[in-house]
Amino acid sequence: MVDWVKSLSRVLYVDLSRKLFWTEEREDLFSKWLGGVGVAVQLYKEEVGKDADPLSPENAIILSIGPLTGVFPMASKVVAVFKSPLNGFIAESHAGGRAAAVMRFAGYGSIVIRGASDRPVYLVVDEERVRFRDAGALWGMKSSETVGKVLREALPAAGYRTIMRIGRAGERLVRYANVTVETYRHFGRMGLGAVFGSKKLKALVVIGRKGFRLPDVRAYREIYKEIYDLTKGAATRKYHDLGTAANVNPLNAIKALPTRNFSSGRFEGAENISGESLAEKHLSRRVACLACPVACIHLAAIREEYEDEKYFYKVENVPYDYEPIYSLGSNLGINDSYGLLKVIKAVEDEGLDSISTGVVLAWATEALEKGVISLKETIVELKWGDWRSYVEAIGYIVKQPNEFYRSLAMGVEYAASKYGGLDFALAYNNVEPAGYHTGPLFHASLVIGARHSHLDAGAYSMDEKLVSSGSTLPPPEEAAKLIIDEESWRQVLNSLVICLFARGVYSKQIVEKALRALGYTIDGAQLTELGRAIYLEKHAIKFLEGFDPEKVRIPKRVTETPTPLGHVTESYLKAIISYYSKLVKEYISKSRST
Amino acid sequence: MRRLVVVDANRCVGCNLCVYACTNRFGFVGVSKSAIAVRSAGGVERGFTVIVCRACKDPPCARACPVDALALRSGGGVVLNPNKCIGCGFCVSACDIGAVMWDHESMKPVICTHCGYCVSFCPHGVIALEEVV
Repeated sequence: MVDWVKSLSRVLYVDLSRKLFWTEEREDLFSKWLGGVGVAVQLYKEEVGKDADPLSPENAIILSIGPLTGVFPMASKVVAVFKSPLNGFIAESHAGGRAAAVMRFAGYGSIVIRGASDRPVYLVVDEERVRFRDAGALWGMKSSETVGKVLREALPAAGYRTIMRIGRAGERLVRYANVTVETYRHFGRMGLGAVFGSKKLKALVVIGRKGFRLPDVRAYREIYKEIYDLTKGAATRKYHDLGTAANVNPLNAIKALPTRNFSSGRFEGAENISGESLAEKHLSRRVACLACPVACIHLAAIREEYEDEKYFYKVENVPYDYEPIYSLGSNLGINDSYGLLKVIKAVEDEGLDSISTGVVLAWATEALEKGVISLKETIVELKWGDWRSYVEAIGYIVKQPNEFYRSLAMGVEYAASKYGGLDFALAYNNVEPAGYHTGPLFHASLVIGARHSHLDAGAYSMDEKLVSSGSTLPPPEEAAKLIIDEESWRQVLNSLVICLFARGVYSKQIVEKALRALGYTIDGAQLTELGRAIYLEKHAIKFLEGFDPEKVRIPKRVTETPTPLGHVTESYLKAIISYYSKLVKEYISKSRST
Repeated sequence: MRRLVVVDANRCVGCNLCVYACTNRFGFVGVSKSAIAVRSAGGVERGFTVIVCRACKDPPCARACPVDALALRSGGGVVLNPNKCIGCGFCVSACDIGAVMWDHESMKPVICTHCGYCVSFCPHGVIALEEVV
């Protein structure tokens, strides 16, 4: 047992129902599962029953960091694990900002939030205690940005804290509400915001000012410098320059940029909303998460003249990334960069997940166009490219003035099951897809991935490699193995926890060296094995919660719109799914018998 | 003699790698032993405030110290004698720019020595060492 494990192993438990908190030393978990997702999955097993309702006090919010957090460059993410209100399965979402390092320096490896408060509260956690504060004055506030502003001014320790909060979407239990961290980062997907809202938890503030003595300073400095130099090099260049928005033009060029509800992979207005164009016209500031030299956070400033008073301007700051550009841009046919940023801003203010929101609105637009629904339902006339109508509709998703918007707030699968138009409702497992119509591997990874998008397998890049090398599709079994192996390795990265933008930096050798400098003795082969074990543990939980990948609906639209690798066929996807299903089932029966 | 200066706070992205570098001088990771601080200027969209000791020629912190634990450093600023320091914190209050930090673990001030270790880990050229004339 190394001391580093000890320094990381303190778990903070907060019971919102009883307004109690305590800490436990969980070296048992942190020595076996490293940290991050590895530990969070085990805590989830302890905390959340397989039949627990995601929006009841029986659900828990588990935040975890890992041995490298705050210690090496780009080890900058917190992993949140909880049961998703979108589909009722174990879910995982990551956020950057200041949250990860601050948790480390507050002295907690994990924070577990149980139960539910009877009235709105926010939590202020520091190195020693938790304060339960009345959130009555913050509840219902129009913009999550204002909530952050109020808390910034009301609380101490500027520069040493993280402020996570929900918007009105979370309060009103929109199933894809997010949690905003430091105004411009998010636990975006899978509805953590609704889980916060169901617990009447408006915000979680953590203050951390500690330091930890290193076991071997010389070894640490050596590997630190190596990692630092790598994070400033070619491996992160793309994120450094234009940010993730750099993907818009290349994806459009290969016809893989989802456009107008995935009806095409090519958007004629892509150039206007590309990373290049946004940088030129609107980029105002670059920001980094703690411990990250890359600064991929791109903030745009937009200026709007007041209609009733000439020469008076409102200036708003809007973060942009590839995913919102796809979901709220090309996927809604918006080719006006200013309009796109206004839509992103509306989503930010309400505290919604931008991907789900965009996909939901795209479906509603097409359903209206096809006469599946009428203006009676949508209230506002949703039209491709008409960003003002989308800003209005985003307000309705949160306010839910009628049955239709109440349904939209449940997700696209729910709404389309009720109103029709399932063929063009883009969702797998009730989760709206990320923006890559690159080919079958990506779509398969949405069905069999433990997370919600490209993040745990990067299967879009597997597709892209096939495109650029002109290769044919691998046999489905091989494709499944590719996805599962990559996802397994990423469990290690997500347990350390490093930002996946640094996945090219943190090779197995580098991870080994970094851990060794902290006193760990785990080697590369053991890491690989651990990654696979975490992978299987996580997927087994999902199966036990009732997940059946063979029953996942493949949206017809996905097979209709050609990808750069041709049409995605259902049979190919099904073959990948069945291989995956067999693997997880074997693991479950094996672990039952031991 | 050299002193640490903020060249252009507008280039700061708030990564805090300078802060971590500073704490690392003592064989620690974290923020507790850092003599440099970075905080948002009222929301990150407004950028960051980078707080470093400006190596005053006539340092108020030294004059506030009741036990002479802060000796004048040639080239400006002060040097802490921890054996003399009683942890009263007067130096912290005396520094209006907030550059005397506090180590909550040792309960003593953290004083910048203008060594420049942080400079080598600033990826965006925000800080630098400058010759004092």
